[in-house]
Amino acid sequence: MSVITAQRTRKSDAEGLGSGRGRVWQLLRRNPLGMAGAVMLALVVLVAVFAPLIAPYGPAEVHFSTPYQKPGTVGFLLGTDDLGRDIFSRMVYGIQASLKVGALCVAVSVLVGTPLGLLAGYWKWLDAIISRLTDVTLAFPFLIIAVGLAAISGPSLTNAAIALGIAHIPTMIRVVRGETLRLKESDFVLAAKTMDASGLRIIFSHVLPNAASAIIVQATVIMPVAVIGEALLSFLGLGIQPPTPSLGIMLSDAQQYIFRSPTAAIFPGLGIAVICLGFNLFGDALRDALDPTSSSRK
Amino acid sequence: MIRYIGTKLWQSALTLVLASLVVFIGVRQLPGDPALAMAGEDASPEVLAAVRTQLGLDQPLVNQYLTFVGNILRGDFGNSTRTGTPVVDLIGTTLPVTMWLSVYAIVVAIVVGVAFGVIAERFRGRWPEWITNGFALVGLSVPNFWLGILAILYLAVTLGWFPASGYVDVLTDPVRGIYYLTLPAMILGTALAAVIMRQTRASMIETMNTDYVRTARAKGLGRGRVLVKYGLRNSLIVVITIVGLQLGGLISGAVVTERIFALPGFGKLTLDAVFTRDYPVIQAVVLVITVSYILINLAVDVLYSVANPRIRVGGSN
Repeated sequence: MSVITAQRTRKSDAEGLGSGRGRVWQLLRRNPLGMAGAVMLALVVLVAVFAPLIAPYGPAEVHFSTPYQKPGTVGFLLGTDDLGRDIFSRMVYGIQASLKVGALCVAVSVLVGTPLGLLAGYWKWLDAIISRLTDVTLAFPFLIIAVGLAAISGPSLTNAAIALGIAHIPTMIRVVRGETLRLKESDFVLAAKTMDASGLRIIFSHVLPNAASAIIVQATVIMPVAVIGEALLSFLGLGIQPPTPSLGIMLSDAQQYIFRSPTAAIFPGLGIAVICLGFNLFGDALRDALDPTSSSRK
Repeated sequence: MIRYIGTKLWQSALTLVLASLVVFIGVRQLPGDPALAMAGEDASPEVLAAVRTQLGLDQPLVNQYLTFVGNILRGDFGNSTRTGTPVVDLIGTTLPVTMWLSVYAIVVAIVVGVAFGVIAERFRGRWPEWITNGFALVGLSVPNFWLGILAILYLAVTLGWFPASGYVDVLTDPVRGIYYLTLPAMILGTALAAVIMRQTRASMIETMNTDYVRTARAKGLGRGRVLVKYGLRNSLIVVITIVGLQLGGLISGAVVTERIFALPGFGKLTLDAVFTRDYPVIQAVVLVITVSYILINLAVDVLYSVANPRIRVGGSN
């Protein structure tokens, strides 16, 4: 086994800077944009986790006497909507919902895509079957998967997340498959083979740990797309259902009374943009840190 | 090359068959009994059985699937349960709207994306690059339906440059038709333009660092000429790939864009069908989008092999 460990250590040495966490931290320090992304994400996650403590009102709490308040009105930081609901509070809970859907979507695509990608990359005969299945999935744009799921079991947060997750499985399979194809040829896998390790053992204890950084990077790519996807589905009425707040629903509501209160349409969109910008900036930095051969900075 | 196209053809055919199976099975998972819906809640068992026979629901599943495929191939998607109109007619009136919108958006995205990509490469490390990079980041991070709402608010209503909504048939009145579609196409094309810009820039930088470009420069060819002659030609492949890869996103984006700008397109047909549980329409919409998506991807693959000789030899990747 010592051969294998030695190989692994040498590989991370070649990539640069010690352990994964240390590397990410060092790169963030050198990359101000990545740092800005990390800070945005930290704020967004804090808001989502402590939503009940941060929001002054409940997300569905109506104040019929004070609709269409402007931002900065006493008691309503970002104003109120057509039913007098506090826009700030609804955004806090909306961000929470966005992250929930994003996390669920990433979980679906990682849990299904990773094993399939490993198998397809390692065994050629499985590759043909899995590739056909990938093609079929790719033949359905995510909105159509969402339309189908909504038609079968009704629109909901979970269905939106599952639809988005299914739509991202093919790219996850491709990324993991590519990594597996590359790692399969490496010396430490060869060493394990000569020691008569089974295919599954090689896949899970040698290939998977080395493919982890590619999976993590792909997850940061999927996350912002999922957040926008959730907002889009909810905007169309195919995602989260009222009265649960979602940034997408807030936007679709705000479009109805946009001339009376334009700011009600601006803040939820800004919320989505900050979440996605955070993930995109942080993801780019992470890609540079974990995968020196990538082209994100080009 | 012919072998490559052959492989792609049969792969696409297989995908089509599998996708039609998925739709067939999916439609049978929909809640509600179509026979009961047609005969009415208080129909006698005999009437119900008769309707079942009429709809072919008593046949074995294999026969049902073959009938299903046969009907589709003859262009018979049934009638809308909501309006009774043949589904084919509904598709015929709405699909052109979406196609004009998508084609216009792709053109906008390619023009803006490639131009910005070239600018970013030409002015590396200077302010024009920061602006184009900023545009790409915003384009990827900002949901296009929010951009659409803001565009209606500021460009259409406040400044009055564009109509806020509405559709004029492009074939009957091309000038007004294109004018009405300009704002929606710009909004729909933004995200695509951002992706194209990033990749064009990357491919340009790669090309400009190659030996043959150095040779061309050394023999005295100007930087601008090299950019057009080598850089742009190579980035063409990238643009084709991206348009193919982003089609799914474009279709989803078109549905939202139509909703924001109140365009009577395929997206509106889809959403109306879902909310009124108009199953024949849902089935047709899903099929049409899936089939066209597969066919366009096939076309992209073929174009790709024409534009990039390296792929013709290797077969499928």
